Amino acid sequence: MINAIALLLGCQLIGEIIVRLVGLPVPGPVVGAALLCAGLLVRRRVSPTLDTTARTILSNLSLLFVPAAVGVVEHRELFLTHGFALVAALVVSTVMALAAAALAFRWVAGE
Amino acid sequence: MNEALPLWVYLSEEPLTWLTVTVIAYAIADRLAAAVGRHPAANPVVVSAVLVIGLLQVTGTPFRTYFEGAQFVHFMLGPATVALAVPLVQNRVLVRRSFKPILAALLAGSVTAVTCAILIGWALGLPSDVLASLAPKSVTTPIAMGIASALGGIPALTAVLVILTGIIGAIAVTPLMNVMGMKDMRARGFAAGVAAHGIGTARAFQVDPVAGAFAGVGMALNGALTALLVPLAFLLFSAF
Repeated sequence: MINAIALLLGCQLIGEIIVRLVGLPVPGPVVGAALLCAGLLVRRRVSPTLDTTARTILSNLSLLFVPAAVGVVEHRELFLTHGFALVAALVVSTVMALAAAALAFRWVAGE
Repeated sequence: MNEALPLWVYLSEEPLTWLTVTVIAYAIADRLAAAVGRHPAANPVVVSAVLVIGLLQVTGTPFRTYFEGAQFVHFMLGPATVALAVPLVQNRVLVRRSFKPILAALLAGSVTAVTCAILIGWALGLPSDVLASLAPKSVTTPIAMGIASALGGIPALTAVLVILTGIIGAIAVTPLMNVMGMKDMRARGFAAGVAAHGIGTARAFQVDPVAGAFAGVGMALNGALTALLVPLAFLLFSAF
């Protein structure tokens, strides 16, 4: 558990360092994920503790978005003027994007 | 009351209180979601946020005070993003075999999200700074805010639109895929990650591990593609 947490945090930290040194336009954790991915592919196995830790975190991923979702109320004034247009654009574009991605996947996968 | 008041003053300012409130609200929301068979409408992010917002309103607690406690949960988004590498590696054979459909779905989903959002927003009369804030809303918050500010958008508005997109996508994905007769968990998960970033990915992990792994791939790839695509779309759009 501790080893797995140290590994996750370590990858994130190295990711943040690389982003700052190279000036990459992506967030540090994304680079950290790429590093962990490369490392695990080289070692060709995922340790049981890393598997359990990742599984625990990812099965409760929703929890981590709660503070940001609560923060939406802070900016409700941004919706006073353009509320309808924004909500319409969000709902339609998100549903269309979901459908387009899934249809393209099925079409190319040839089912 | 005379004794309770100083205690409340202490508690309401204490990060521990709001951290505990966040975790308990989620525990309640998660139990509720489990009780209704993970029905998409009982989205744990929405239910938890509504519970917390209600408590903040009732107690008159400012968001800044709340976030001093909640930031510890918020911080975990970083290590969680790194942890997405684990299911990706575990499903590497399936992911590698799905290389072509992944590219097609990425392109279709990403282009549709950006162009639909800009066109609808433009047709409904949104000004250009709001359009710039809207265009990158399907990708994870730090990338989206970076794109928006580079194009003259309002990063705070983008942060809100990103969260709302994630919630809309997480709620819509299951009924939409069922209506479309989409049974392939790879396609369902990947679409959720492309269109609704981390919140869509969280939903995918609740439904199926393969869907979760593919959602993580979709989220990461769309972050990269949108960073290229949105400035391009804006160049084209302003040329007309």
